[in-house]
Amino acid sequence: MATTYEPVIGLEVHAQLFSKTKMFCGCSISFGAPPNTQVCPVCLALPGALPVPNARAIELAVRAALALGCTVNERSVFARKNYFYPDLSKGYQISQFDLPLNTGGKLVIDTPSGPREVGITRIHVEEDAAKNLHGVGHGTDTLVDFNRAGTALIEIVGEPDLRNADEAEAYLKKLREVLMFVGVNDGNLEEGSFRCDANVSIRPVGQEKFGTRCELKNINSFRFVRKAIEYEITRQEAVLSAGGTITQETRTYSDGLGKTIPMRTKEDAHDYRYFPDPDLPPLVITRAFIEKLRVTAPELAEQKRTRWQKELGVTLYDATVLTGHPKIADYFEEAAAALAGKDASPEARAAAGKKVANFVQSEVLRTVTTRGLEAEFAVSAEYVAELLRLVEGGSISGKMAKDVFAEMITTGRSASKIIEQKGLSQVTDTSVIEAAVAEVLAANASQVEKYKAGKTSVVGFFVGQIMRATKGAANPQLVNDILKKMLDAQ
Amino acid sequence: MTSQALCALSGIEIQKKVASGDVSAVEVTNAFLERITHQDRKLHAFLYVDAEGALAQAATVDRARKAGETLGPLAGVPVALKDNLCTRGVPTTCASKILAGYVPPYDADAVERLRRAGAIAVGKTNMDEFAMGSSNENSAFGPVKNPWDETRAPGGSSGGSAAATASSMASFALGSDTGGSVRQPGAFCGVTALKPTYGRVSRFGLIAFASSLDQIGPFARSVREAARVLSVIAGHDARDATSTTTAVDDYEAECGKEVRGLRVGVVADALGAGVDAEVVKATRAAVAKLAELGCEIVDVSLPHATHALAAYYLIAPAEASSNLARFDGMRYGLRKTGDDLTATYGTTRAEGFGPEVRRRIMLGTYALSAGYYDAFYVKAQKVRTLIRRDYDAAFKKCDVVLTPTSPTTAFKLGEKTSDPLAMYMADIFTLPPSLAGLPAVSIPGGYSADGLPIGLQLTGRAFDEKTLVRVSDAYERASGWLSRRPSEIV
Ligand SMILES: [Zn+2]
Repeated sequence: MATTYEPVIGLEVHAQLFSKTKMFCGCSISFGAPPNTQVCPVCLALPGALPVPNARAIELAVRAALALGCTVNERSVFARKNYFYPDLSKGYQISQFDLPLNTGGKLVIDTPSGPREVGITRIHVEEDAAKNLHGVGHGTDTLVDFNRAGTALIEIVGEPDLRNADEAEAYLKKLREVLMFVGVNDGNLEEGSFRCDANVSIRPVGQEKFGTRCELKNINSFRFVRKAIEYEITRQEAVLSAGGTITQETRTYSDGLGKTIPMRTKEDAHDYRYFPDPDLPPLVITRAFIEKLRVTAPELAEQKRTRWQKELGVTLYDATVLTGHPKIADYFEEAAAALAGKDASPEARAAAGKKVANFVQSEVLRTVTTRGLEAEFAVSAEYVAELLRLVEGGSISGKMAKDVFAEMITTGRSASKIIEQKGLSQVTDTSVIEAAVAEVLAANASQVEKYKAGKTSVVGFFVGQIMRATKGAANPQLVNDILKKMLDAQ
Repeated sequence: MTSQALCALSGIEIQKKVASGDVSAVEVTNAFLERITHQDRKLHAFLYVDAEGALAQAATVDRARKAGETLGPLAGVPVALKDNLCTRGVPTTCASKILAGYVPPYDADAVERLRRAGAIAVGKTNMDEFAMGSSNENSAFGPVKNPWDETRAPGGSSGGSAAATASSMASFALGSDTGGSVRQPGAFCGVTALKPTYGRVSRFGLIAFASSLDQIGPFARSVREAARVLSVIAGHDARDATSTTTAVDDYEAECGKEVRGLRVGVVADALGAGVDAEVVKATRAAVAKLAELGCEIVDVSLPHATHALAAYYLIAPAEASSNLARFDGMRYGLRKTGDDLTATYGTTRAEGFGPEVRRRIMLGTYALSAGYYDAFYVKAQKVRTLIRRDYDAAFKKCDVVLTPTSPTTAFKLGEKTSDPLAMYMADIFTLPPSLAGLPAVSIPGGYSADGLPIGLQLTGRAFDEKTLVRVSDAYERASGWLSRRPSEIV
């Protein structure tokens, strides 16, 4: 009988810290700036230049660690990782080695068999390399753009707790969500600010010992992660089933070929000669600072989803959609709070939440553009709350609200302004409606007779006529009530 | 005043005359430039003379005086800068072919401070390549000669700065000291040479040799001048993470004070085998002189100092192997294109670095390699801690520790070039304070029968340069050695 194998997957994620400046110099970070314009003696590694740690980046790294349940080490050490490559200006990368900033956290992911805890080994701070640009210079020259050199990163090393590509994808998505909600990373895979390497091995089911692993690089989209891991599992199974052995190596994923291809084997592996960077004293983080960050930690998406279901009358599905981006979550909460008003009862808050959730999902979301941690809304949360309050108060119908919202987008005006200017306000004056009803009944005597004869289906006909007569502005509930009363009085 | 008379003045006197308008900074600068032209043909202390820049700076000082501005403490005083200190717009080569013609875009912090104080940078001084050496014979551009005897080495690695100061081609000079590179050439050339506490002077803009040891220090003909220069260049710099915020003392105020009651520690081992009889005799005479001045003489021991040489030659090359990785031919400096990237790195570095630099890069790379790191680098760091503790214990019994600076007087050029280990022994007394990060000064302490200067080294507590200045100055006044100068070169 053929052996059944179990995959073992561990992910290493490099996440760019959302800091305005680089890790060890004052250069600003702007994706897409002309090459070599965001550089200085430090990140170009000119002779005599020295690194100085970016306090903001360290704070973000600690925030990430706290959100992932890590222990923040009060003393950690920057180490040099030595190797030669043109994108590495100093000939070494400043990273952390045996004494990282954070150790031992976890991330809970949802799987078909329920929530599963995935261990996080460590989170350390390091700097990014520059970017080699092939094929843009003369002939076969490679040019180097140092704009990215020295950008602040955290590397999040996960435990080999994942068992399939689905779990790997779930882990990455959850991790990205956490980092975005803490404001640490902009979650931008295309621009490379959230990058992933995967260690994949397989072992016969029931065996405890890990198999030989391969490291997969260049898997910078959720789709690639899935495809690369699935390919790699299949490849390794084929090798072992055919009686072969897995070579420990680094492989890169080629989307064009749809497969992973070898980059270098263990024999070619670098001896990075890590040692403490003598330019940087040990990084000391005080208990008080950690506590301050713990207290001011923002609410995570997971927590929001749970709370909203309890307090804001939304379903898990609604909550999941509305936590798709931190700014959308903020928007929803702001609008829901504004609609409920101050000192609202729990019931009123839940009702308001439900209304806002529906409207945001049906109308607002398609008008939102997000870029990284930023989101642009066509209409403010406050305006949306006002619009929904007008519907609630009966000034306009729910259907009219959609048209008014469209008008709000194009004009930027508030709902009440638009209603006032366009005379759209719903007719709730009973005398106006009574007059319209009387007019319609008088003009359609034969239909009235049919009603009297018991054919109640003509009510719909009358409603349509009355609404037309009031240009759709009559409150439908009032129209129904008054029509019934007046018909019965005939 | 004649040029010769101007050059014979101390920096203190020059500043006073320039500030009072007795003489212009331009006149002073011209006098020194003229002297360099004559003297340096034989000595080769300078790699670059910046006549134009110096005269422009001098003109600025003169204009400021005429405008009635308060002049800085070094106004109009000519300084020579070791060629590993970055100078904006002025070639900085570290006496290496790999940096031949390299022009930095910025000034080192110490250079900036000197300029602000009104000092006139006349040129860049010769040195052992990348500050690796004890004789200046490792300069890629030819050795410096000792002004006291042109057949002898000026010491190293800051030999050019020492020789320029001793021969009055500049009033003072800056050097860098990693394991004795300021003090040992200071001793060989008969000038005051001070290595401050690690962290006292910013290393920003000092091209690194061994980052955990490198310190910039002044050379001057008198202790008072050295003290004034130290006050100017010391101080916190946010661009160097290892720079201290400890307050800077008024070092010059220590000159002229009494030393009665101060305790001078004498290390018996430093006057034993392997030390020239004349050096021992001079050191004992200095001890007697200090006793005469009222100092209390106490015996101290530094039991782990015997391991300093071994520890130093692991730590310094290890750091250097990484620090010098940036010289890869990619962004600046020499590039020798090979068949592929690896060949380009190899050829560039093989041709760009001299034999001693290559030797230390290999030593250091080896010491950091997987499997050797704990046995070499980690162990050397432990020795360093033990040496620091030795000093802690010694400074419970005394205020300064007195040893010779070097076991010999200046040796002949070529005498030790074929035996690196013999050359390394020249640093046995200067290494322990370096490893402990302590301030130490070499002052003239007598002359051998053949007229060569003998250096005395005083080591102080961390950040207690004040006491070093106080004792050195008292000894200088009592000994009368200050009046001795090398004979003019004709
Ligand atoms: Zn920069």
